[in-house]
Amino acid sequence: MTHQFPALSPEQKKALADIAQRIVASGKGILAADESVGTMGNRLQRINVENTEENRRAFREILFSSDTSINQSIGGVILFHETLYQKDSSGKPFPAIIKEKGIVVGIKLDKGTAPLAGTNGETTIQGLDGLAERCAQYKKDGVDFGKWRAVLKITSTTPSQLAIQENANTLARYASICQQHGLVPIVEPEVLPDGDHDLQRCQYVTEKVLAAVYKALNDHHVYLEGTLLKPNMVTAGHSCSKKYTPQDVAVATVTTLLRTVPAAVPGICFLSGGQSEEEASLNLNAMNQLPVPKPWKLTFSYGRALQASALAAWLGKSENKKAAQEAFRKRAQINSLACRGQYVQSGKNDAAAMQSLFTASYTY
Amino acid sequence: MTHQHPALTAEQKKELSDIALRIVAPGKGILAADESVGSMAKRLNQIGVENTEENRRLYRQILFSADSRVKKCIGGVIFFHETMYQKADDGTPFVQMIKDKGIVVGIKVDKGVVPLAGTDGETTTQGLDGLWERCAQYKKDGADFAKWRCVLKISEHTPSSLAIMENANVLARYASICQQNGIVPIVEPEILPDGDHDLKRCQYVTEKVLAAVYKALSDHHVYLEGTLLKPNMVTPGHSCPTKYSPEEIAMATVTALRRTVPPAVPGVTFLSGGQSEEEASINLNAINTCPLVRPWALTFSYGRALQASALSAWRGQRDNADAATEEFIKRAEVMGVALLG
Repeated sequence: MTHQFPALSPEQKKALADIAQRIVASGKGILAADESVGTMGNRLQRINVENTEENRRAFREILFSSDTSINQSIGGVILFHETLYQKDSSGKPFPAIIKEKGIVVGIKLDKGTAPLAGTNGETTIQGLDGLAERCAQYKKDGVDFGKWRAVLKITSTTPSQLAIQENANTLARYASICQQHGLVPIVEPEVLPDGDHDLQRCQYVTEKVLAAVYKALNDHHVYLEGTLLKPNMVTAGHSCSKKYTPQDVAVATVTTLLRTVPAAVPGICFLSGGQSEEEASLNLNAMNQLPVPKPWKLTFSYGRALQASALAAWLGKSENKKAAQEAFRKRAQINSLACRGQYVQSGKNDAAAMQSLFTASYTY
Repeated sequence: MTHQHPALTAEQKKELSDIALRIVAPGKGILAADESVGSMAKRLNQIGVENTEENRRLYRQILFSADSRVKKCIGGVIFFHETMYQKADDGTPFVQMIKDKGIVVGIKVDKGVVPLAGTDGETTTQGLDGLWERCAQYKKDGADFAKWRCVLKISEHTPSSLAIMENANVLARYASICQQNGIVPIVEPEILPDGDHDLKRCQYVTEKVLAAVYKALSDHHVYLEGTLLKPNMVTPGHSCPTKYSPEEIAMATVTALRRTVPPAVPGVTFLSGGQSEEEASINLNAINTCPLVRPWALTFSYGRALQASALSAWRGQRDNADAATEEFIKRAEVMGVALLG
């Protein structure tokens, strides 16, 4: 307890810190393209496209073959295992295409939820077994960051002390193992938006969860400067009758983060959690406009909120590729502006951008 | 666990936050004049002065008679209980003299260390009994902030998990009670500079201790915006053979704080812990010029480092009082300048 047994050398620390800084460089965020096979199924079903490996490959190709200038808005892409080893139509591996654009490649590392017996339907996350070896292999295969999603839910009896502590602990173990293998861990303790609780309740729970996460990271000797945080924004529950503005969300979220996230963490990349594309951009923008000093970057790690319009434009047809890429590029650029608090909403917004992307009890 | 039972109203929070911000307003720090009777004995002994209540009163009068020049560099003064109820020669209560200068009055509320059985000479701090009532009374009597000092020590086997956890917990209980009574708690988890450990060791231990402190504050629902932190700087032990520059001390200190102290905390007021007046101001200056992003005010809460010159100038002689006051003012101004980096 009182003697340090350094977990990382100065060179290892520098490498991790550099990767983290590159991902959240000014105006850049993350494309979360790591939907599992099952989750991609949901996405494709919405546009009546069959969930085949080829279709999954084709859609990801559309995103990754965007013009290089996409690297002004995208600092990192999170891939699912299958996607890391897929290629574009010319046979070029996806990681190579992404890295060529100067974008950092990441990989989803968790293996989904597992129930916590004796709780009210709460879960922890599995995936620690053999994680060291998997990280080492992914690093060789071009990956520089990892992602691990823990899930907590607000009800009258949850999240329980056990769920908070257990999920914080597995996040810290995952983060520690990642860093040993040169991967920057994105730490994602998602508090789901399911429920009818109000904004204050979400803020209270998020503060408790994040305090536990950072205590666990400290206990596990994780190098904070070489990590990123992917939290939920503080919002009311999905079926809360009270409505809040982006300003309300921004103030509640930033207050929570100021109370719990040490300044050493280089960047906070919000999950979109079922918000529509437009909502997710407006909320991020409002946060970056708050006249309060924030020692970390506030940016995005969006899946649905970056891809919904692109999917709707694609509809599974190769002739729609350009339209889909344009939709993606537009959303990426808007979110890049939101990172700097410079997004000005234009009069018209298409239906896809406004559509709520909420799925109850989201697992992916 | 999942439902909030608000500890403070919006008005209470605002009051606490305003007090904290006034204390650490730009260019300002704290005069720690809260030496217990026993500690004052050591100070007065060094200048050959008898430790009587009158001498302690005369000495504090020297400090509190400082003119308006101190307004720009002193945001708060910490009192010992006895001093709260003492007066100047002309009958003006000390508390009033301080408040008239627009400076916030604070009070030491802990009751010293007690041993933790089963440890290697480690301690916790007592003072929670009746603390609520004491805080309410001090608030009526003019205090707006308080201080509670916990002590940890670096040695082969310390600080232990128990010492870290117990001291963090007691600090959080104290902080919670203070806030209920409109008093801003200064949280002081001092890691002593005794020993021959190097800078890295101190940094490691300081990070562990501060992480535990802020987890405890979160667990106890303490409103961070209405608190201040009074930590040690990260330094090598007193008998460490390696010498470090102020820049190295600053980098180690600011790094440790960046990894543990949430940005919501308005200010960090360092203890001087036995550093000389000179060292304490040079290190503070280096901390304020450190090229890392620092989201809290970084200032001083100095006892010895602000008073040493004044004490030696006084030597217990009434005729030296004005000169001694002048020494104090000079020291305070130098500290204020050190903050500007």
